[in-house]
Amino acid sequence: MSEMDSFGESGTTVTLPATPSSWSRRDFIKGVIASGVSVSGMSYFGAGCTTPLPAQTGGVERLLSLTVNGQVRRVDVLPGETLAMTLRYKLGLTGTKLGCDRGECGACTVLIDDVNHYSCSTLTHRVRNRQITTAEGLESPDGTLHPVQQAFIDELGPQCGFCTPGQVMSAVALLRENPNPTRQEAREAMSGNLCRCGAYDHYLNGVMRAAREV
Amino acid sequence: MADLLGKDFTPPDIHGKVTGRAKYAEDFRMDGMLFCRLLKSPMPHCRVLGIDASAALAMEGVVAILTAEEVPEQPGPANNILTNEPHFVGEPILAVAAVTETIAQNAIEAIELDLEALPFCVDPLESLRPGGPNARTAGNTVESGEVQEVKWTEQDFAAAGEGELPMGEPGAEWSYGDIDAGFAEASIILDETFVTAGTSHHSMEPRTAMAYWQNGKCYLYGSTQSQSHVHPGIAAYIGIEEENLVYIAEYCGGGFGSKGGAYPLLSIPAHMSRKTQRPVLMRISRAEEYFLGSARPGFQGRIKIGFRDDGRMTAADLYILQENGPNAGFTDMGSAASMISIVYTPLNMRYRGLSILTNTPPRGAQRGPGQNQMAPAIEPLLDEAARRLGLDQVAIRRINAPTHDSRYGADRGPITSAYMREALDQGAERFGWEERRARSGQRDGSKVRGVAVGQAFHSAGRSGLDGLVRITPDGKLHIHSGVGNLGTYSYASTSRVAAEVLKCPWENSEIIRGDSSKGLPWNLGQFGSNTSFTMTRTNFAAATDAVRKLKEIAARRLGGSASGYDIGNETVFARGNPSRRLTYAQAAQAAIEIGGEFSGHEAPEDIHDMTRRAVAGLAGTGLIGVARDNLEQTGMVPAFAVGFIEIELDLETGSIEIIDYLGVADCGTVLHPQGLATQIKGGGVQGFGMAVSERHVYDAHWGLPASVGFYQAKPPTYLDVPSKMDWHAVDQPDPNNPVGSKGIGEPTMGCAGAALVCAISDALGGHYFNRIPVVADMIINTVSQRTQSHRPLQVNTQ
Repeated sequence: MSEMDSFGESGTTVTLPATPSSWSRRDFIKGVIASGVSVSGMSYFGAGCTTPLPAQTGGVERLLSLTVNGQVRRVDVLPGETLAMTLRYKLGLTGTKLGCDRGECGACTVLIDDVNHYSCSTLTHRVRNRQITTAEGLESPDGTLHPVQQAFIDELGPQCGFCTPGQVMSAVALLRENPNPTRQEAREAMSGNLCRCGAYDHYLNGVMRAAREV
Repeated sequence: MADLLGKDFTPPDIHGKVTGRAKYAEDFRMDGMLFCRLLKSPMPHCRVLGIDASAALAMEGVVAILTAEEVPEQPGPANNILTNEPHFVGEPILAVAAVTETIAQNAIEAIELDLEALPFCVDPLESLRPGGPNARTAGNTVESGEVQEVKWTEQDFAAAGEGELPMGEPGAEWSYGDIDAGFAEASIILDETFVTAGTSHHSMEPRTAMAYWQNGKCYLYGSTQSQSHVHPGIAAYIGIEEENLVYIAEYCGGGFGSKGGAYPLLSIPAHMSRKTQRPVLMRISRAEEYFLGSARPGFQGRIKIGFRDDGRMTAADLYILQENGPNAGFTDMGSAASMISIVYTPLNMRYRGLSILTNTPPRGAQRGPGQNQMAPAIEPLLDEAARRLGLDQVAIRRINAPTHDSRYGADRGPITSAYMREALDQGAERFGWEERRARSGQRDGSKVRGVAVGQAFHSAGRSGLDGLVRITPDGKLHIHSGVGNLGTYSYASTSRVAAEVLKCPWENSEIIRGDSSKGLPWNLGQFGSNTSFTMTRTNFAAATDAVRKLKEIAARRLGGSASGYDIGNETVFARGNPSRRLTYAQAAQAAIEIGGEFSGHEAPEDIHDMTRRAVAGLAGTGLIGVARDNLEQTGMVPAFAVGFIEIELDLETGSIEIIDYLGVADCGTVLHPQGLATQIKGGGVQGFGMAVSERHVYDAHWGLPASVGFYQAKPPTYLDVPSKMDWHAVDQPDPNNPVGSKGIGEPTMGCAGAALVCAISDALGGHYFNRIPVVADMIINTVSQRTQSHRPLQVNTQ
């Protein structure tokens, strides 16, 4: 059974009409966007789950509020949806990257209440009342970069850059927990983030530089 | 010329990387976008007899199916777009588009395939045995683009001793000098069989593409190392004229050779979009990246080398059997031989090679293809020779190192410059070689020290490509770059040459790139360690053309001859009277008014059609500087790298801790120190992976892969590499480059891999492993004198 069907047959979602057609569901979402209920610019329902989602079971409120980068965002979330997919495909926050989608690489690292998590392995429904921070949410309103971001530029941390947002988030989480890490502590704290370009030395230089400036 | 070159700067694309605003292929969205998934072969070799997609197409939200009949067929052993005769597990058979990715995947699972299993092979030696299986129905090797069958005789196999590589009829062969006389002259001869593993590229970004059509043109967002270089190939995969493709590739999430040229997967969303008349995004999973993300071929090889008493290599005899995957593959084996010819300059040499098809992922270039497998296989033998001859490990390399006069490869062609000796000397001093060597073999409980050096090479530059710059009436310099953005920042550091030639402040210069509709010249891609050499030359040529035009415009407007003018401070001025001048802004406006070659309404005869189209599109927007790089190139441009390493090896667990690493580069004049540092260290990290952890694992009985995740195929993490790494550059100019620059990306990996394998060998008193990677259980088995779990020539092992 596809999740489209499960959606249409759901009797539990009080905020959504039970409709069998994917198109009417899209229309519904467009209506939500137009009415300003949702702040999402783009909605791609169930867009990214590479494995079939389980059929919807009862009791899950689908239209929920997420606090992302200090803003409350209203978003429709499928029961088995991961936070990475919600951020990337519904909230337009594509800075959170998917390198493996199975908890191996750390490219999707975000902060949940200041602690770094793999968002590919976090269900969005589990973080409803939490503070979520992504790479896009670190700058000051005036555009000043977070010290970690600036230090990564100064030390030429990124190469291809695909793992960089995840590296940034793990470094920010480390410095919130431990503002003066040793290089060895930093190395261990960052070890959940793979970098195939092998820029580890430069990222560590960045972490240590940021620690001096935080 | 030193205002911009040789200095660090903030590359324009790095801000987007740290803020998450950089848009990679998967980050683009279009209204009404469909998602596409692939149905892939579950077998290593089979024929699709029937496809029943009726249930899938009836599913709510499924829009279309795309089969092999609907896409251009790729001739012979080329990589397919879609196929009805898959040659490896994971080869795409068809694609399905749906309104969500989940529906597309559900539809894929609802499709019934009728498959006929065909013979397959994952070990070249098995395929070569009389009656052995062929990877393709037409044969097991590719000869001049055609699939042929080659078998060795029972006698060929019987002639090899236990654990030795049999050496039947080769597919390729060259030699120079007299190999027999070379060995006769040698006082020691080493003869070893070795295996190097196939390895995945592991680009962090699983390759993604999104396409839509508008007014007859296909707009494609893809992930490639190169921009202009891939354009014709992608257009061909889509089946359209180059002019009808708009290709956007602003960022590439890692390639390492696997995205250097066009690859067929890129075209699937384009075909699907044409069929459905809607935008289509196709992303692939991490596991699929291990099938479709290319791989380095493995070698089963044999190397015999002889040395005189003074350490000089008198002869080298190399035979390589290349595990090539099922398709055309790459030129690794020949490059491995050429590497030996230039790194050790043997007085006499013979190379024989045979590339055999296997039903494993298609192979392509991976950072230092051939050269970098060879380095860790041969370098420990240099150490063995040094031990037997009573020479130092650095000294024996120095004795055999290339000089400017050394000759390269089969044709014994000239090279442009070689500073390998300087790299060895300066590296040894910086690393504290003598002091560290004294710690070789030192025990501390179960741990023992190993200290070693490794060398590597790759050619590093090309010529004959085009440069294009533009000064607009606002006085701004636009440097049009079609090279691509692999992540090395060399697209930017080489662009600075144009600003330098035009004496234009970097703040007033902008690099135009990432989108073929912006008017990009014909450039080579970001591969083959070539960018620093090639793109400095093209940008030099284009900027020099712009300087000429500035002076001619000034002469026309202000009188006198062009030779009486000079440039500076973003003006062109009369030599004797600097107040008689035009600003660059005024000159750009004048160029538009004068027209002809000044405004780009006329272009040089010798530029590539792609550049000609770019110039035509930009004509009338400013002063156009455009030229083919016709600067002299007198030989192969070599990049050399040397790695120094100290490790601690635990004899009880087989684990290795790298205490220190120093990478040294001979890459000509340094353009961008920080960028060079990341290449030396990052290449080093990949080299460590190649040396001790990364490999393909295939089940020989069923042909199924067992390394389809990071945790299985094992690229290094933070904890597998030294906490700090050091680098150094010889920084001597190459005479064939206007700013002295050569490339360097690839050998930085090979020298590190070689150094680490040598260090393991050193810690174990000189044991030669005959196999790369040297994984922990091999070390433990060696220490405890147990039989290894693999057979001597076995490939794709755990």
